[in-house]
Amino acid sequence: MTELTLRGLTKRFGATTAVEDVTLDIPNGRFVCLLGPSGCGKTTLLRLIAGLEEPSAGQILVAGQDQTRVPTHRRDFGMVFQSLALFPHLTVAENIAYPLAIRGVDRATRRRRAAELLELVRLPDVGDRRIHQLSGGQRQRVAIARGLAIDPRVFLLDEPLSALDANLREHMQVELRQLQQRLGVTTLVVTHDQKEALTMADMLIVMDQGRVQQTGAPMEIYRDPANAFVAGFIGSTNLLPCRLAGRQIRVAGTTLDLAEGDRVKSADGDAVLSVRPEDVRFAETGLPARVTFIRDLGESVQIVLDLEGREVSAVFTPRDRPEVGLGDTVHLTFEPGRRVVLAP
Amino acid sequence: MSVRDQKATPGWLGAIPAVWLAVLFLVPFAIMLSVSVAHRVPGGFFEPGFELTSYARLFTPFFGRILLTSILIAAGAALICVALAFPFTVILAGMRRRAQTLVLVILLAVLSLSEVIIGFSLSTLLSRTAGVGNLFAWIGLIETSQAYTPGLFALMAGLCYLGFPYAVLVLYPPVSRLDPELGEAARSMGASPLRAFLSVTVPVLRAPILGALILVFVFTLGAYLLPQILGRPRHWTLSVHITDQAIFQSNLPFAAAMAIVLLIVALAMVGLALLLGREREGRA
Repeated sequence: MTELTLRGLTKRFGATTAVEDVTLDIPNGRFVCLLGPSGCGKTTLLRLIAGLEEPSAGQILVAGQDQTRVPTHRRDFGMVFQSLALFPHLTVAENIAYPLAIRGVDRATRRRRAAELLELVRLPDVGDRRIHQLSGGQRQRVAIARGLAIDPRVFLLDEPLSALDANLREHMQVELRQLQQRLGVTTLVVTHDQKEALTMADMLIVMDQGRVQQTGAPMEIYRDPANAFVAGFIGSTNLLPCRLAGRQIRVAGTTLDLAEGDRVKSADGDAVLSVRPEDVRFAETGLPARVTFIRDLGESVQIVLDLEGREVSAVFTPRDRPEVGLGDTVHLTFEPGRRVVLAP
Repeated sequence: MSVRDQKATPGWLGAIPAVWLAVLFLVPFAIMLSVSVAHRVPGGFFEPGFELTSYARLFTPFFGRILLTSILIAAGAALICVALAFPFTVILAGMRRRAQTLVLVILLAVLSLSEVIIGFSLSTLLSRTAGVGNLFAWIGLIETSQAYTPGLFALMAGLCYLGFPYAVLVLYPPVSRLDPELGEAARSMGASPLRAFLSVTVPVLRAPILGALILVFVFTLGAYLLPQILGRPRHWTLSVHITDQAIFQSNLPFAAAMAIVLLIVALAMVGLALLLGREREGRA
């Protein structure tokens, strides 16, 4: 069942268009990540859905019902803000129970529900504390608990983990995902961090310049990016200019035959070949390239190469690390079936 | 230690304001204190001495009522001022930068007007012959033009005119620094804009609101021209009587005694307000 539907949603601020003609269907119970570089319109899109901004055009439907003109406070959504927006004048439990207090729920039920939610985010016994007495990670959990207090139909989070340090962030990504799976609430998270999106989401919406570039499951987008922007933004990739002619491409002076599984998203002529670093391999024959840098991270080894003036990155596990040194010339092959030819 | 030696602000700089305060505040205050217990020479001036006659004169129902009037008028002006200034500042902080600057410049310009100018302008504006009464009569709201001055309304209007810019200037920095997501969060959780304002914006900014209340209270407590120009004699505050005693009755010891009592009362009120504010915080 479709929970959230956007139809031609557009938001203009004066002469600039922040969100342009977004049409989407988000099925019930999905964990969706809105991903894009800063300024791509993803936060504006989330604010439109929350009702904090009024769309210039288009419609927002929740379970088939038009919510476009419904004010924020009547939408019954849960939301976690980038600054968390916890209320400093209330205790932790009062913060969590705030949406219930607004709805006139009695004190005893409020206390019970707050305790229940604190248990859910694995933060019992802090209900009577003040917000400034909590650590960053604890505040994060309180904000999530507060967003879930009314069992929202749609749970919206705006860069919720951006204030945490790297370790805690990775931990909270897993926790947030597990919590969402347990509750089954339709969740929309805005993030600019592609690793975060790949960790949590079962559906990605990649945005750039106010437009949705691609929608789909994370691995689907990773393997089959719609354009060069998506290929470069989701995971890292090598983008090499090439010429496409039927099932053959010419790249760096060498002609390669496309294999089954290779995807072509371009018309014949100038195109761009996208190859993931893990799909770049060394062989006896292939495109000659020179090793310019070796970055050994222990868990993986990145070898940077120069291919006719273009930088190509290859990643190996320590086990299949080739024996090469700086300045060596090697021959590159690109894993057949995993190459994507995109429009320039 | 070496760390202390390398501080950007040398400690001795603090001595300058300290000496300044001592010379310009503590010394005059000590003189006033000594005058308040001096012996008055009727028809003359006063001679040094120690007697509490001037203070004793204050403990009469007459001066008690004047003191109460002063406090009520100042407190009323403070409440009205902040009740107007707070929503005003919240809306101001939400406007575009350019518009905000313009409004703040206008407010600062208002501060340059003297109490005398404000008093006489208002008394003209509220008078029967040249005031708004004529406008109301012309529109048809009232039969014939009438005077709105002197009276409590005129006095309050004057004091609020005086205090409003100060209230806004005290409230503006914390209000403009307030995270706009707090109000949005309240609305996203089901609070109407008014409810969000009352249940989040106001309590979060309780301390600056209290600060603005205290400032306007203390400020209007010392106003001595406006009550004479815009108020009736029964609205004359202690400040007016201090002026009267010091300048027209030549009774400096009594004027000084009244000033000291007014100071103590003002301090007590400020202390009470702070105490109430802290208690509220402890409970919430």
